[in-house]
Amino acid sequence: MLKVEKLVVRYGAVMAVRELSLEVGEGELVALLGPNGAGKSSTINALTGLVTPASGRIVLDGKDISHVRTEDRIRAGLTSTPEGRHIFANLSVGENLRLGAATRRDPAGVRQDIERFLSLFPVLSERYGQAAGTLSGGEQQMLAIARSLMSRPKLLLLDEPSLGLAPKIVARIFDFIGELKAQGLTLLVVEQNAKQALRFADRVYVVSSGTLRYDGPPARLADEHGLFNLYIGG
Amino acid sequence: MDYALQQLLNALAFGAEYSLVALGLAVVFSIMGLVNFAHGEIIGVSAYSVFLAAALGLTSPFVAVLLAVGMAALAAVVFERVAFRPVRYAPTTTGLLTAFGVSIVVQNLFMLLISPKPQSVSVLNGLNQMWFFGPFAVSSLQVMELIVSGLTILALVLFLNRSTLGLAIRAASRDFATVRLMGIKANRVIATAFAISGALAGIAAVFILARRGSVSPDLGFGLVLKAFVACVIGGFGSLPGAAVGGMLLGFIEVGLLVALPQEYAGFRDALTYAIIVALLVYRPEGLLGQRIELGDKEI
Repeated sequence: MLKVEKLVVRYGAVMAVRELSLEVGEGELVALLGPNGAGKSSTINALTGLVTPASGRIVLDGKDISHVRTEDRIRAGLTSTPEGRHIFANLSVGENLRLGAATRRDPAGVRQDIERFLSLFPVLSERYGQAAGTLSGGEQQMLAIARSLMSRPKLLLLDEPSLGLAPKIVARIFDFIGELKAQGLTLLVVEQNAKQALRFADRVYVVSSGTLRYDGPPARLADEHGLFNLYIGG
Repeated sequence: MDYALQQLLNALAFGAEYSLVALGLAVVFSIMGLVNFAHGEIIGVSAYSVFLAAALGLTSPFVAVLLAVGMAALAAVVFERVAFRPVRYAPTTTGLLTAFGVSIVVQNLFMLLISPKPQSVSVLNGLNQMWFFGPFAVSSLQVMELIVSGLTILALVLFLNRSTLGLAIRAASRDFATVRLMGIKANRVIATAFAISGALAGIAAVFILARRGSVSPDLGFGLVLKAFVACVIGGFGSLPGAAVGGMLLGFIEVGLLVALPQEYAGFRDALTYAIIVALLVYRPEGLLGQRIELGDKEI
């Protein structure tokens, strides 16, 4: 579904991503792991087009989208839940969900989807009219993922969904990610929290200093060259 | 009683006008971080359109109002497309200087193409009459100014709270990148914000023309400075702040006009700004602005 070839992202003289190539097949959950500053978020931002890569190709469903604007990439079925959640704090929970569906033209379907997420996350239902900024971190993360799903994407990029959250909440969020996979959604999950990310991953990429260090199934990751410990920690 | 009522209406009318213009500045600032000092020239374009249309024989006040609002919205969108879009991602000072540039260029175009001298526009004079309610005489223009501004602000609030594009404008005021992640076109959000800003300026232009009966190249410049002050009072970037700030500025000015003895009337502006400075010492972020500590990162 997604194919990235030799992606390079630069910020001035700093090279954040060095010729990174990766692939995500339909229905797969692929984990992209690596330490802080490895270039994971830069990769995601290049995929959504918020950052313009210096070179490389991004192909979605056989179409080269490397030079397509962010807005049109979202319309093509790709979306991302950004690192740090980035919910619209000054808008209500309901308004956040409505904006997530901004590209859709089926009001009835949008209402149905909102109902579905509200019954899935009752806390969002309780706080429906409240400013989203008043939610707790875990609730904000759930809202952020639900908002991304409102556009009915084919491919969801999740950037550090565990960031700053308590272990119990992280486990719940990954339970939900597992459900999404079971429902057939294709996911690319960027994480520092390897343990959780590997629960449902079909394949794993490990990056460090912008370069790919590992590419394979999660099971092999643990014993290969001590990579697990080196880049992800125990 | 009559005098008090008249001064109250005066304050409300001035306040409403400042609010309209300040809201126009705030809508654009809140999403782009751009202080659009060319906002006054949008008022200018609007007023000159009415003048030119009248010169061509279109003297219906109804047409004049539509033309004033429509041309102002168009001018704002054209300014964005031609001048501000190329510097959208540049540092904010670049945007500020660009706005001054646009302001100077357009003012000079008015002088070159029309005249540096004030031109008489009488199409809208009919709006400015005296209405008598029993023993009270009130200016029709001031009453209309108040009602129209109120309705305009109501319409703006409904738009920002109900429509997807309105929600996107509110969201973009905090986090533009994430709005784009919703698949919403950045250009459309910004163009809409400018069109709203222009339409608000156009409504203000109608009232200015009706009161002054003439148009000059620097018509909007002084008013934009006042609106800028109103935004600062209310908290820059806050839309309710702009409306409240504009109203408060109207009340301070008229209040001082009434309270100051004739021989001290010249101190009115100085006192106005002294009050505002005192207010800002007490609340540096403005009345409705948000206090942002250095190093704060909004998540």
